[in-house]
Amino acid sequence: MKKKLLSALLSVAMVSALLVGCGDKAATEAPAADDAATEAPAEETAAAEEATGTGKVYYLNFKPEVDEAWQEIAAAYTEATGVEVKVVTAASGTYEEVLKTEIAQSEPVTLFQINGPVGYQNWKDYCKDLKDTELYNALSDKSLAVTGDDGGVYGIPYTVETYGIIYNNAIMEKYFATADAKAASVDEINNFDTLKAVVEDMTAKKDELGIQGVFASTSLLPGEDWRWQTHLANIPVYYEYKDKGVSDLADLEFTYSDNFKNIFDLYINNSTCAPTLLGSKSVTDSMAEFALGECALVQNGNWGWGQIADVEGNVVNADDVKFMPIYTGVAGEENQGLCTGTENFWCINSQASAEDQKASEDFVNWMISSDEGKNYMVNTLGNAAPFTTFGDDEKPSDPLAKEMYRFMEGGKTSVSWNFTTFPSQAFKDDFGAALLEYCNGNMTWDDVKNTVVTRWAEEKAALAQ
Amino acid sequence: MQKTLKKYFVIFTVPTLLAFAFAFIIPFIQGLYLSFCEFTTVKNAKWVGLNNYVRAFTDNKDFLNALLLTACFTIVSILTINLFAFAIALLLTRKMKGTNLFRTVFFMPNLIGGIVLGYTWQQMINAVLLRYETTIVSNAKYGFIGLVILMNWQMIGYMMIIYIAGLQNVPTDLIEAAQIDGATPWQRLTKVTIPMVMPSITICMFLTLSNSFKLFDQNKALTDGAPMNKTELLALNIYRTYYARTGYEGVGQAKAVMFFVLVAVIALVQLRLTRSKEVDQ
Repeated sequence: MKKKLLSALLSVAMVSALLVGCGDKAATEAPAADDAATEAPAEETAAAEEATGTGKVYYLNFKPEVDEAWQEIAAAYTEATGVEVKVVTAASGTYEEVLKTEIAQSEPVTLFQINGPVGYQNWKDYCKDLKDTELYNALSDKSLAVTGDDGGVYGIPYTVETYGIIYNNAIMEKYFATADAKAASVDEINNFDTLKAVVEDMTAKKDELGIQGVFASTSLLPGEDWRWQTHLANIPVYYEYKDKGVSDLADLEFTYSDNFKNIFDLYINNSTCAPTLLGSKSVTDSMAEFALGECALVQNGNWGWGQIADVEGNVVNADDVKFMPIYTGVAGEENQGLCTGTENFWCINSQASAEDQKASEDFVNWMISSDEGKNYMVNTLGNAAPFTTFGDDEKPSDPLAKEMYRFMEGGKTSVSWNFTTFPSQAFKDDFGAALLEYCNGNMTWDDVKNTVVTRWAEEKAALAQ
Repeated sequence: MQKTLKKYFVIFTVPTLLAFAFAFIIPFIQGLYLSFCEFTTVKNAKWVGLNNYVRAFTDNKDFLNALLLTACFTIVSILTINLFAFAIALLLTRKMKGTNLFRTVFFMPNLIGGIVLGYTWQQMINAVLLRYETTIVSNAKYGFIGLVILMNWQMIGYMMIIYIAGLQNVPTDLIEAAQIDGATPWQRLTKVTIPMVMPSITICMFLTLSNSFKLFDQNKALTDGAPMNKTELLALNIYRTYYARTGYEGVGQAKAVMFFVLVAVIALVQLRLTRSKEVDQ
């Protein structure tokens, strides 16, 4: 018994010696990060003392489709610099909830992303001011960043994306060659009336064209309706903000609701399936229909190229995949371009330890300034990075990204992304649900409009509290 | 004996107590505290008193609607699940060929996770409704019926096993005595068998009640509340209040606390009611 007690005591002594050893190491290495830590408030320095040695990066990735790429990048960065990088990806649609949990850990997320001003409102206690960072200095258009009321810069966009109506040029050409075609080329389709005439004529000739419908199915399965309640809804909101000369509203009048109805009706009535069946369709279904040549048009963004290219039995040529703007019947829309903007902003956790903050800053700098990092940004992640550190030849080269640059340089007015000011996910979900009810004939358009107006006001009020 | 118990109390109970405290009691108390706070993550909470509880009812009627729907759903599923499970248990305790095979088959759905079942049934129901050019989310009724079917399919097997165990414990001499006294099969069932399996009924009622009331995965996967939150049960409503809306974390937490109290009260009342009907063998 005594022997056992002795050995127990000895092992305790050993373990505590180990602990002391670790403590020493932390103490000696802490000054390395001192310059960063001196500015930090007391709370942060306290956290810094707990951390051991150099900082670590913990990035919570937003996009499941690029998870593998990020894991590769993390490994490459660790190999190049010796700094540990952990990348975790939140499953589709669960980013906010994963972030809520992971940021409150003892080893919290150090690098995360918000989706714009509303996201910032929610996470402002955790967003570090990035005004003096290289990342912000390298940003080519400073107005893209998310700024706070105090003039600080809290979110830096790392990619620019665009969306519009993707069309299959092969099918369009086939249509233009038919008798009495309503237009002779896609260039002639520059307003809603022409688009409607063409689409309805194409529906009438769908057997001749070998398609099942003009538009891919308008996916309204719960959780799959973001192309409508977020992206399409951006257009009427964009015009309303523009008319009123504002960038956000506490009460939306939804003055362009009829324009939304125009295009939405066109989508659902000239589709591959009946409007009442849309509640069972997902985005993947729509993209597959497009890839298999069952339809000629689909509303989506440049990120959709991967989904088109990866479909088995894909019959669409890369050269035939092109963009046209979404026309809704607004006066002067002949000059409207694609909807271009971003909802991916990098933020650094201000409540992480000073070393970790520094490490995260270095990591993002590496991503936008080193050749290896830039290569990953452009070619692996396919990001159109809005930084001055990227040269003209460092742009993604998939067909939809090329189209994006064509429109940006073609002198058309881009529609900015205003859905980053939409009040909450709950608002979007309810809007989507209302659209579904409209398709099923359970709601009139006025009901939908009312839902949008009242839910917007309610959620904005909740946000302001 | 008492002495040894005391001596080893520390070794045997403390680890469990610690685990229980860390995994249950501490989070529970923290949750209770958070329901009176406004917060984004659990670390930056600000005390706001009863405000969250008031907002849970006043901001919109979703919570009350969800409560009502959950109550309806629970009643319907308790009745259907227990009736079917008991009927199948009766059948499978007869001397029939292949009862073991059937028992396994009926039990299997219980081994599949809720989310998987939800998506599978969504596909199946939509495939059937396709013939009528409609979908499960087109009408709240379809969603409700779908949920009931799904819940039945999943829970019947489990309840059946419990009923079978109960039925096998009914002494055959009692039944024979009743038979000799001239009781009809129906009388034997209602006057002898059912009173004797009352403990199983208590357990099954409790399990179906609490499981239906707390249903989440299946609800989320099958309809996700569509259309217009009309098939949204309480647990899903709480989840969506917490995660889908900015500035509503505290309200979601308050709803969760009320949910806990409600489930606890209903379950205790139900246990007491059915317990009182149990007979000693």
